[in-house]
Amino acid sequence: MSHALEVRGLAKSFFGYPALAGVDLVVEAGEVHALVGENGAGKSTLMKILAGVQQADAGTVRIDGELRTFHHPQAAYAAGVSTVYQEFNLLPDRTVAENILLGREPRRFGLVDRRAMRRRAAELLAEIGVDGISPNALVRTLSVAEQQIVEIAKALSYEPRIISMDEPTAALAEHEVELLYAIVRRLSARGVAVLYVSHRMREIFELCSKITVLKDGALVATLDTAETDESEVVRLMVGRALSAFFPEPAPGEDRRELLAITGAGNAQLDGITLGIHRGEILGIAGLQGSGRTELLEAIAGVAPFTRGSMRLEGRDYRPRRPAHGIDAGIAYLTEDRKGSGLALEQSIEDNALAVVRSSAPRRARTAARGLTPLLSELDVSARGPEQIVRYLSGGNQQKVVLAKWLLLDPGLILLDEPTRGIDVGAKRAVYEVMRRLTAAGHAIVMVSSELPEVIGMSDRIVVMRDGRVAGSLDRGPSEEQVAALAAGTAVAA
Amino acid sequence: MSALARLRGGLGSTAGVYLVLLGVIVVAAVVVAAAGRNLFTPGNLTVLMTSIAVLGFVAIGQTLVILVGSLDLSVAYLVSLSSVLAAGTMAGASGGTVPGIVTALVATAVIGALTGCLVAYLQLSGFIASLGVGLLVAGYLASYYRGTTGKASPELAAFGSASIGPLPVPTLLMLACLVLAVVLVGRTRMGMHLLAVGGDAHVARMSGVRAGTPVVVAHALSGLCAGIAGVVIVARLGVGSPTVGEQGGYDLLSIAAVVLGGASLAGGRGSLWGTLGGILIFAVVDSAMGILQVNPFLKEVVRGVVIVAAVALYARRAAPLVRRRFAAGAGPEPAEASAATAAGPTAPVTEGAER
Repeated sequence: MSHALEVRGLAKSFFGYPALAGVDLVVEAGEVHALVGENGAGKSTLMKILAGVQQADAGTVRIDGELRTFHHPQAAYAAGVSTVYQEFNLLPDRTVAENILLGREPRRFGLVDRRAMRRRAAELLAEIGVDGISPNALVRTLSVAEQQIVEIAKALSYEPRIISMDEPTAALAEHEVELLYAIVRRLSARGVAVLYVSHRMREIFELCSKITVLKDGALVATLDTAETDESEVVRLMVGRALSAFFPEPAPGEDRRELLAITGAGNAQLDGITLGIHRGEILGIAGLQGSGRTELLEAIAGVAPFTRGSMRLEGRDYRPRRPAHGIDAGIAYLTEDRKGSGLALEQSIEDNALAVVRSSAPRRARTAARGLTPLLSELDVSARGPEQIVRYLSGGNQQKVVLAKWLLLDPGLILLDEPTRGIDVGAKRAVYEVMRRLTAAGHAIVMVSSELPEVIGMSDRIVVMRDGRVAGSLDRGPSEEQVAALAAGTAVAA
Repeated sequence: MSALARLRGGLGSTAGVYLVLLGVIVVAAVVVAAAGRNLFTPGNLTVLMTSIAVLGFVAIGQTLVILVGSLDLSVAYLVSLSSVLAAGTMAGASGGTVPGIVTALVATAVIGALTGCLVAYLQLSGFIASLGVGLLVAGYLASYYRGTTGKASPELAAFGSASIGPLPVPTLLMLACLVLAVVLVGRTRMGMHLLAVGGDAHVARMSGVRAGTPVVVAHALSGLCAGIAGVVIVARLGVGSPTVGEQGGYDLLSIAAVVLGGASLAGGRGSLWGTLGGILIFAVVDSAMGILQVNPFLKEVVRGVVIVAAVALYARRAAPLVRRRFAAGAGPEPAEASAATAAGPTAPVTEGAER
């Protein structure tokens, strides 16, 4: 009996450093198999070898018992391995159908048969149970969740035996995750083997029957989901027990109100009234598009309020552009770390000093001196401040963004999805930094799509719905309470 | 149904181009009428249609190059080269028509392909590669040709002045080439891959597209189109000229026409019909200024204003599409939001898809 995917002794080194050291992995047809590990554990390298993007130094890959080596992504697709990457590989200005069948456009009399293309795309979307996406829609007009679905349909168009998915829920809101679950289950029911890379334990335990844990490029264990639990998996991943995942709240001494927003609104927000206090973490929950990010943007001056008022430390605060927010001591870490938070081709130092240099050039030299201690305090693992940011892991990149803003010593820190796409260990480190900041009297406003994170970290939670504040909850509500407010249904409990 | 969808999606910006064209025609007609003249006399229209042929050919090629994410600055020199090669080879003899045209077109297409190879395989930017190749050609022209050269064959000259009804034959040929290019881009794998590489070369490569080929093909076709433009000039002038391309300013004008046609200089977005609109906008403005005998320096100023104003207008139109966060999930009514949370496999996640 041959396995859908059988990997034996796979090894790969970069510049003499082993990224994978003799990993074994067996996935059966129709099985959903989780691949977990911290960043740098070797998950991405394994995926890239399976996708033909990188070549292994040693070891074998068998698909349905047949020995395979992929020298090109196309060879992997042809052999039945499709990959859904975390960064979408879609062309925003082309239609859904054109994207799905790119490189394999059906032809009739030598010309591309657009009708057949639309039909095939619609079939593929129907196969994963989605009927609301038009094959003619331009990808740029789709939401992130819809784009994710198009990616999966594209992966499916190669009629794969194995689909590997890298953090497929990283960009999805809670309610969209359910749809992805349904798609994954459907794939597995059709006998497709799914290799599911994720940091989110809840998903793994909901979807996967087996879990393979990697650490430092080596196989730690392959577990049956039924015979293990979250804490064991986390312990195996991190190599140490995380008794309590979220650090204890450490409210600062100083709890005066820092920012007061009264009756504020703009094109996307309305009737926002809330107070933000020093030494506290205010969590912002809500569905995607409920106005969470827009609220941060309004406070930071990116897309300012046009109505109502804000008072910062008792003084009128009317930001018209981001520079005003920065001058007032407000740091805004966007959710799009790579797009608007970092210059990937520049060094850690240049990135970290970017804001100080532009907004307070006289402090640049002092700040530069403070950088090295700050980086070690944040536990950034890099060769040194001159390392290029592109080559850092997601967690370390996020810490560089944090460092950039902390050098300004901001009173208020706005965090949008601060732990998106970073591994468990780095998440924990980010949480600890957040707690240290509040203990030192900073105020933090955090937007997150992960309910456990919002609930675990926030001293107070504001739930947004349709651009308004749907409600406010004190520390430690249940997930149901938050979800009910976010969706606008009556509170059940 | 699909045509409608494409009107909303792919051709949406092209509709904007023709709206601008309409506006320009109205303004031009009013200004010309205010001066007591008529923009729409048959004579004026024929001049207008004649004037778009040469720039039209160059701009078709330029559109392909810009769609693939590159740029061709060598077209002006290739137009000159083609004109001297064609006129020089045929030297006024009937038997020289075909050899002359073939020589000119093969030379320009090969040079275009060469530029494409520099871009595709040596990773030069199209700007630099085509500038370099263009200067090489300019150097060759300056060393071997002094003033006009050769002579059009009688057949070619007849072609240059022929017309079917009110439409000059060279312009008809240009429109036919435009249609061919539309089919190439919209209906062949090469065209799809050209758009894909222009949109994101990495994505194209990951999808199994050989990313170099469309770049080379686009540049070769751009060279070919510039070559045809050169031949048309010989047909009109009767002689070849080593400076006719530069004098026409076809490099920057063709780029401007493509951009006026709504294309993105970053590649992957734009259309040939848009480019035709861009050319017509220029032609109408020029024609109106010609009738009014406007000072040539002022002409340039007006052209500049038209380019800047039109592209600024497109940028405003495109803006809301770029920043769309409120897509699926949270509709304006709370009821819809709660339905979305309980989403099953066939949940309507795509309210955002229909604009």
